[in-house]
Amino acid sequence: MPEPIVQVRGLTKTYESGAAAARALDGVNLDVHAGEVMLLMGPSGSGKTTLISIMGCILRASSGSVRIKGREITGLKEKQLPRIRLDNIGFVFQGFNLFPTLTSSENVEIGLDLKGVRVRQRKQRARALLDSVGLSDKYDAFPADLSGGQKQRVAIARALAGDPGIILADEPTAALDSVTGRTVMDMMRKLAKDRGRAVVVVSHDGRVMEYADRVVHIEDGKILNGGTH
Amino acid sequence: MASIAIRNLFHDKVRLVVTITGIVFAVVLICIQVGLYIGFRTTISDVILHSRADLWIMTSGVRYIEEGVAFPDRKIYDVRATPGVADAQNIIIQFGDWTRPNGSQEGTELIGLNPDSDLAAPWNLVAGSAQDLKRADAVIVDKYYAEKLGVDHLGQIFEIRGHRARVVGFTNGIRTFTTAATVFTSFRNALIYQQIPDDRTLFILVKAKPGTDIETLRSALQSRLKDVEVLTTKQFSDRTVYYWMFSTGAGVTVIIAAVLGLIVGIVVVTQTIYAATIDHLREFGTLKAIGASNFYIYKIILKQATISAVIGYAIGIVVAFIAVRLAGESAPISLPLPLAIGMFFLTLFMCCLAALVSINKVTRIDPAMVFKN
Ligand SMILES: Nc1ncnc2c1ncn2[C@@H]1O[C@H](COP(=O)(O)OP(=O)(O)O)[C@@H](O)[C@H]1O
Ligand SMILES: [Mg+2]
Repeated sequence: MPEPIVQVRGLTKTYESGAAAARALDGVNLDVHAGEVMLLMGPSGSGKTTLISIMGCILRASSGSVRIKGREITGLKEKQLPRIRLDNIGFVFQGFNLFPTLTSSENVEIGLDLKGVRVRQRKQRARALLDSVGLSDKYDAFPADLSGGQKQRVAIARALAGDPGIILADEPTAALDSVTGRTVMDMMRKLAKDRGRAVVVVSHDGRVMEYADRVVHIEDGKILNGGTH
Repeated sequence: MASIAIRNLFHDKVRLVVTITGIVFAVVLICIQVGLYIGFRTTISDVILHSRADLWIMTSGVRYIEEGVAFPDRKIYDVRATPGVADAQNIIIQFGDWTRPNGSQEGTELIGLNPDSDLAAPWNLVAGSAQDLKRADAVIVDKYYAEKLGVDHLGQIFEIRGHRARVVGFTNGIRTFTTAATVFTSFRNALIYQQIPDDRTLFILVKAKPGTDIETLRSALQSRLKDVEVLTTKQFSDRTVYYWMFSTGAGVTVIIAAVLGLIVGIVVVTQTIYAATIDHLREFGTLKAIGASNFYIYKIILKQATISAVIGYAIGIVVAFIAVRLAGESAPISLPLPLAIGMFFLTLFMCCLAALVSINKVTRIDPAMVFKN
C-alpha cells in the first residue's frame, strides 16, 4: 500500500463554545489514498464537517495528527494554512459558494489567480476546466442563471483550478435532485479514477454509496469502521 | 477579467453612489476650506510679503500690521548708520477712512511710503506709477475695491478725513483680509490723512545689502534701538497671520470645517465600504477557504476603496474648482495645484483609512463558515 495522501491519527476536536465544551471528534484515525473515492457517512452532528474541515486545514485540531502528503499540518502557523489549502485541496460545498457577481469563467479564474496563473492564460485554462465539466456553453453565464447542477459543476471546475491532489466535498449533492446528483458524483469518481485525485465525499445520502470505493461511518465523533487499512 | 473587486463594487449601484457622494462632499468641503485658509493667509500677509523689505522695525508688542503704534521717526538715522543696511524708509500702514462723493464712509488700509524707494511700494500696477504719488494729495487705489470706494476714473477727487485725495493710479487684486480697501499714498500724505504727528512713524522698513546675514543684522538693529522690536519679514508676516487667523478665530473656523469634511468623508466611506464587506462576507470566507491569503482579500478591499477614491476625487475636484471660481469674486479663495494634488492623496488616505474597519472584519472571518448554510 502506498503512503496515504491524507493520514489522520488520534484526532480530537473540542469546540470551546460557552460553558459546555462539546467533543465533536474523538480519537479519529483515517487514511485517504490517491485515486480513491472515500465516502464519509454519518448522522447529522456526528462530526463529518468538523473532520473534513480539519483535513482541509480550515479548522484546527485540539489534539492528534494530520499529515498531508507526509507533512504534519497540525502544528503549522495560521498564516501558513492558506498556502497548504491552495496547493493541496479543492473544496466543493453543499451551497456551491460561487461568487455571484462573476461569470462561470471568472469564478474559475479566481482559483487560477490565487495560484498565480498569468492573466493571459487564465481565461483559456478556465474555459478548458469548464469544458471538462461539460459547461462549454456557460462561460459567460452568471451563477444566478445556472441550475443547481450547473453551479456545482462550476464549483468543481473552480476546485480543480489549483490542480489539487485532494478534493473535499461536503454534501455536494444535498442541494441537487437525484439526476444531477448523479452527474456530479460521476464527475467526482472520474477525478479519482482518471486523474488520480483523492476524493472525500461527505454525505448522509445513501444513493451516492455506489460511487464510493470505500465507505467510512462516523458517529458521535468516532469512526465506526474502516478508517485505516 | 473584471476583478471581483470591481464587479462587487459596481454591483450595488446605490451604495456606490452613496460612497462617491460622501467622497465628493468631503473633497469639495475640504478644498473650499483649505482654499479659504490659503486665501486668508495670502490676503493677511500680502502687503508684508510684497514690501521688498528684509526687516520691519515697530513699537514693541505690535501684534499685526494694522496695529502699528507711532514712534519717533529719527530712529531711522541710527538704522541707516548700521552696517549692512542698504535702504531704510519710514512707512505708515494703518486702517483709514475714505469719504465717497455722496458722503458715505468706507474703510481703507492706507499705506504711506516714500515714492523714491521701492520699500512698500505699490505692485500689480495697472495704471499710473509710484512716482505719481509725489504729486500733492495723490493716492493709488486697488481696482478690486474701486466700486466700494466709488472710484471709476483716474483724476477723481475724494476726501480722507477732510483732506483731498486724488486717484492717480490703480493696482489690481491686492485684497485685504478685513476687506478694507487698499490705498497707497506718500508717507507725508499718510501722516496728514491719519493725523499722526509729523515727527513720528509707524514702521521702519529695512532692505539689507546683498550678502548680509539677515538675522545678524536684525540682532544688531535690535540691540542698537530702544523701545522697538525688529522682526524679519517672515516673522512679522507669521505674527500678523497668527493674530488674524487664530486670535480672532477666523482660521480656526476654516480648519475645523476642513477637519469636519474629512471626518464626515471618512465616516460615510467607512460605513458604505463596511456595509459592502458585510454583504460579501461569505464570498470572502470562500476566498479564504480556497486558499486566498488575508493580503489577497485586503487588496480587494483596498482596490475598491482606491477606485471609489479616484472617482470621488475626480468629480469632487471639478465641483471644487467650479465652486472656487464662483466664490472667488466675493471670498479670497484659491485652489492652487499643490492643494489639488495634495487633495488627491488625502482622498486616497481617507478611503484607505475607511477600508481599515472592513479589513479588520475580514481578518476575523473564520473560513469554516463556508461549510455552514
Ligand atoms: N462552530 C461550532 N461551535 C460549537 N459546536 C460546533 C461547531 N460546529 C459544530 N459543532 C458541534 O460539533 C458536532 C459535530 O458537528 P458537525 O461536524 O457539523 O457534524 P456533521 O457535519 O456531521 O453534521 C455537533 O454536535 C455540532 O453541534
Ligand atoms: Mg455537516
